[in-house]
Amino acid sequence: MSALLELKNVKKHFPLKSEKILTREKPVLKAVDGISLAVHPGETLGLVGESGCGKSTAGRLALKLLEPTDGEIWFKGNNITSYSGEQLRKLRKEMQIIFQDPYASLNPRKTIEQTLMEPMKIFGTPKNIRKQKVDYLLDVVGLSSYHKRRYPHEFSGGQRQRIGIARALALEPELVICDEPVSALDVSIQAQVINLMEDLQAEFNLTYVFIAHDLSVVHHISDRVAVMYLGKIVELGEANELYSNPKHPYTQALLSAVPETNPHHEKERIILNGDLPSPANPPVGCKFHTRCPFAEEICRLQEPELKPVSENGQMAACHFAKEVIVEKQLS
Amino acid sequence: MESVKPLLEVKNLHTHFFTKSGIVRAVDGVNFDVKPGETLGIVGESGSGKSITAMSILGLVPSPPGKIVDGEILFKGENLIGKTEKQMRQIRGKEISMVFQDPMTSLNPVFSVEKQMIETIVTHEKVTKKQARERATELLNLVGIPDPHKRLKNYPHEFSGGMRQRVMIAMALSCNPSLLIADEPTTALDVTIQAQILELFKKMQKELDMAIIMITHDLGVVSEVCDRVMVMYAGKPAEFTETKKLFDNGKHPYTLGLMNSIPKISPNKEKLKPITGLPPDLSALPTGCSFAPRCKHAMESCLSIDPSLQKVDDNHLVRCLLYEETKKAVTT
Repeated sequence: MSALLELKNVKKHFPLKSEKILTREKPVLKAVDGISLAVHPGETLGLVGESGCGKSTAGRLALKLLEPTDGEIWFKGNNITSYSGEQLRKLRKEMQIIFQDPYASLNPRKTIEQTLMEPMKIFGTPKNIRKQKVDYLLDVVGLSSYHKRRYPHEFSGGQRQRIGIARALALEPELVICDEPVSALDVSIQAQVINLMEDLQAEFNLTYVFIAHDLSVVHHISDRVAVMYLGKIVELGEANELYSNPKHPYTQALLSAVPETNPHHEKERIILNGDLPSPANPPVGCKFHTRCPFAEEICRLQEPELKPVSENGQMAACHFAKEVIVEKQLS
Repeated sequence: MESVKPLLEVKNLHTHFFTKSGIVRAVDGVNFDVKPGETLGIVGESGSGKSITAMSILGLVPSPPGKIVDGEILFKGENLIGKTEKQMRQIRGKEISMVFQDPMTSLNPVFSVEKQMIETIVTHEKVTKKQARERATELLNLVGIPDPHKRLKNYPHEFSGGMRQRVMIAMALSCNPSLLIADEPTTALDVTIQAQILELFKKMQKELDMAIIMITHDLGVVSEVCDRVMVMYAGKPAEFTETKKLFDNGKHPYTLGLMNSIPKISPNKEKLKPITGLPPDLSALPTGCSFAPRCKHAMESCLSIDPSLQKVDDNHLVRCLLYEETKKAVTT
């Protein structure tokens, strides 16, 4: 199966202001520091990690909303890394994004109809078809056609997110990057939107990259999951496999930190010491070694590569991925 | 259960906001008590009235437009409603203290942590500045901030989110309060940091023997730290019971709906069963049960009768006609 989207060793370094005036070295923030990923048609790839791990930057790089510092981005078999202007604009039709904040991502001065028609107008859909399509889109996301004359402030958070989804679908894209689409919503509304996204994926054969920090939501919606830490993918695998048998110590700690909703189920918790190191000054060697309970000499010196750790294609970037597991089972 | 005298009793609390577009009934008849040393959870979604309940206890409801129109708040037997601002100031920060959701906006950015902590201590206790500084250092050490002597001199922006929340907790603990109100204390934090902070709450409670009211929207947090829990919906308690009972044998359709809305991490993924519809507008509540328009089990009578909180079991209260009916059926 050929990939719809492929990132090959993609990096994004943001320049920082130098604190020293008389130095040639330009400090950089390595938001994404060499990630490789393939997203297959029709699947949902989850991207999880804590704030500052580079998951949103990765999503934006995939859409070329940000210019990568290094690496290649392939979409449908074409290298789109150097695309710009007209070429890129044509591509936008096939790749769309849903943002986290439904309050900030809709233009407050435009009616819902205008907002939904905008992308179709850009791509030259005739006016009568546009109007029909607006009604259809509103229906698809569970709103009514009378809503189209209203303005964003007249809607609740959940409804706004539905409008954001309708806008992303207006051009019938193949790939939708969902950047924390439900994290601003209340639990009961969150479940409604997740179900809607699943239904739409089945109906329109969409491919999702689902970026979120909520581990249970990501598990629920994703076929495969990539875990990020300080700009790197530390583990990648099939969702159930990765959650039931995490190989990287960071994934293990992350999963153990999720509050258990069953008070009878006492889970063994790995409490990580300290905070996430600053991505402007990441540790050398394995980036996780400063917080890792199993860190040894080699972790401080050499950065581990993402390599297969089981037959079913699960990958982890840890010098001791297999041994850590053995030790855990013994204890 | 009756034997322990409650530390805090909230009786029939009504806090309303008088706005241009009508009266918003943010808290509309809330009753609960907190016993010394226990953790009570208040769960609900945005607009359920959980934060306004907390602010009412501390006398922090902005007035106007807000007003406590009815009810009593008894803290150690004394009614806090009607106390003057001066009297409240002696209770706030000393007897009852609060930790807010966002540590960045609740710390003063232009003063060092040292200055802010000493201010709190000196205001409430008869100590010298030097003693207060020692106490502040001790507290930072207690909440797990490494190098407390040095860190005391830092400004809020020099701390990370998790560390700032630790500073907030240290400040809240500075006068040994008997009640700590924590309003979504971990919502702005990442999960690994959330786990650290929840551990810290548990440890502090054990060491200092204080009661905690934990306000949250996250049922996971409730199950981790709370002894008892009150579920709120549209300004009223929907269910009130022990945490274990709520998770094993939750009764109110809203509670059950919330639980079904959370994805479980288990190999067999099932489709989520969300609650349909939207929370009601608090300035135009439906007659009858405010949850009825979204309720799967709503009956004709739910649209006209507003149910009262009924005892369905020991320490288990539910506000739902379903259980009033069954109860009647059993007794008659």
